[in-house]
Amino acid sequence: MSADDPSDADTTDGLNAFVTRETVESDADGPLAGRTVAVKDNISTEGIRTTCGSAMLAEYVPPYDATVVDRLREAGATLVGKANMDEFGMGGTTETSAFGPTRNPVDPERVPGGSSGGSAAAVAAGEADLALGSDTGGSVRNPAAFCGVVGIKPTYGLVSRYGLVAYANSLEQIGPLANSVEDAAALLDVIAGPDEHDATTRYDAAEGGAPGATDVPNDTHPADATEYAAAADGDVGGMTVGVPTELVEGADDEVVDVFEDALAGLKAQGVETVEVSLPSVEHAVQAYYVIAMSEASSNLARFDGVRYGQSGGYDGNWNEVFGTAREEGFGAEVKRRVLLGTYALSAGYHDKYYKQAQDARAWLKQDFDEALSEADVLASPTMPVPPMELGESLSDPLKMYLADANTVPVNLADLPAISVPAGETDGLPVGLQLVGPAFGERTIVRAGSALA
Amino acid sequence: MTATDEGAEANGEAAGVDPDEVRHVADLARVDLDDEEAAAFAEQFADVLDYFAALDEVPEVEDEPDLVNVMRADEVGDGLSQEDALANAPDSEAGFFKGPKVS
Repeated sequence: MSADDPSDADTTDGLNAFVTRETVESDADGPLAGRTVAVKDNISTEGIRTTCGSAMLAEYVPPYDATVVDRLREAGATLVGKANMDEFGMGGTTETSAFGPTRNPVDPERVPGGSSGGSAAAVAAGEADLALGSDTGGSVRNPAAFCGVVGIKPTYGLVSRYGLVAYANSLEQIGPLANSVEDAAALLDVIAGPDEHDATTRYDAAEGGAPGATDVPNDTHPADATEYAAAADGDVGGMTVGVPTELVEGADDEVVDVFEDALAGLKAQGVETVEVSLPSVEHAVQAYYVIAMSEASSNLARFDGVRYGQSGGYDGNWNEVFGTAREEGFGAEVKRRVLLGTYALSAGYHDKYYKQAQDARAWLKQDFDEALSEADVLASPTMPVPPMELGESLSDPLKMYLADANTVPVNLADLPAISVPAGETDGLPVGLQLVGPAFGERTIVRAGSALA
Repeated sequence: MTATDEGAEANGEAAGVDPDEVRHVADLARVDLDDEEAAAFAEQFADVLDYFAALDEVPEVEDEPDLVNVMRADEVGDGLSQEDALANAPDSEAGFFKGPKVS
C-alpha cells in the first residue's frame, strides 16, 4: 500500500472525494438515523485508517474513535467513508493530499476548496447527506463556499477535539457541512458538548462558566443549554447585520456583486445593515500563519517513524533517520509550514514573529468585540475569489495564503461562523460568511437560514 | 535568515534567504531536503518572511484574558492497552517501541 498508488485512493467517483470508502452502520435510533455522514480523514475512526491525506499515515489505523465519531454512532448515523483533505489540513484547495486532488462537483476542472474539500464535495455531489470537516483557518467554510453547501465553524471549545489529529490546537474546531442550514445545525447539535477528554470543552460552575456565554448557567456547557437546529427558522426581522468594509474591499468584483445581492435579500426580510470597521484584519493572515505554522512545527514532531508513521527502515544516527523518514513521509506544503514554524520559534526570532502574532490576535479579538457590540452578526464574502482552476495556486504559497483573508480572523478570535450559499458568478458558487459572538451559534444559524 | 541555537540577529532583513540557511532550519526540524527543494524553499521563504514583517506594525495590546485552570478529578480510568498503543509502530520488541539501530 503506497500513497502514490492511485488504486489506493478512491477514484471511482471521478471526484476523488474519499480516501477510504467504508460503510459503518449504527443501529441506534437517534436524530441522525438513516442519514449518511462522510468524516474528514484527520478525525480518528477505530479500525478504519485515518491518513490525514499524508503518505506518513497511509497505513495508520486508530485504536479509538474521536468523540465526535462516538456521538455520530450514538445518534444513529451511517458512516460512508473518510473524506479527502489537504495534507494535515495544510492547504485551501485539497490539492496537497498525498492521495491526489479532489475535484469540485460543480466544475470538475476547479478545486473544491479546502482543506475539508472531500467533505464538501461528498455533500455537494450527494455522496453523503452530511459531513464533518475541521476548520483551523477556514477549512470548513472555504470548501462549503466553493462547493455551494453550508459549513459551520463552531466557537472554540464548543466541540470536542479528542481524536482530531492536531495541526494547530489553539485555532481548530471540528464543524459540520450539509446542504441546508438546518441540517448542518442538526449535526452540530449531535457533536457539540462537553467532553472529559478535551479540557477546552469543560466549564466548571466554580469558575464562572463559559467565557462569553452569559445567558447559560455557569455549571452548564453552552451546547447542553441550546438547540441549534430549532434556530433555523429564518426569522431575521429586526436583526442587525454588520458589514466589515475591510473584508469586502479585498474581494473580486463579481464576488462582491453576489454578496451585495444576498444582503439586499436579507434587508427585504427585515434586516438592518450597518458598516463596521475591523482595522486589525489587515494583519490577520500574517498572524494566523505564524501561529498555525509554529503550532504545526511542534505538533508534527511526533511523526518520527518510530511510534507511528513511515519509518523507511533506516539505521544509524536517530536524528538523521528521523530526517529521512520525514523527508519521505511529508509533502512540500507540510515541510514548508514545519520549517517556517521552526524558524518563527527559533532563538532570536520568537519575539519578532510569534509574540507579535499573539499581539495581533488579541487586537483582533478586541476589534470583533467592538464590531459585535454594534451588530448581532457580521457578514462578508466567505472567500474573496470564486473557486480556482486545478493547479492554479499550488506553485505560489503566498498567493494561496492570501485567499484565507476573510476566514482566518474568525479562528484567531475564537468565534463561530457559518458559510451559506449566496448565489453564483459564471455558474460558480459564492459563499456568504456570517460571524457571531462567542457561543452565538443560534444567531448565525438563524441569520443563515434566511438565505439557504 | 540565520536561525541559530545561540540566538540570532532578530532585525536582519528577511529578503535574501539562501539554501544553506533553509537547510539549517530543516536540520532543527529533522526534515531532510534535496537540493531542488532547498533552493525552491529559499525563494518562497523570502516572500513569506517579507510578508510576515508587517507584524512589526501591530500595536501592543492590553490583553488580560480571564484564564482559569480547569481540573478534573484525578480518577483512574481505562486507557489504551500496550498492544493497542504499539499496533501502529513500524517495529516493536517485548512491549517497547523499537527505534533505529545505532551503528
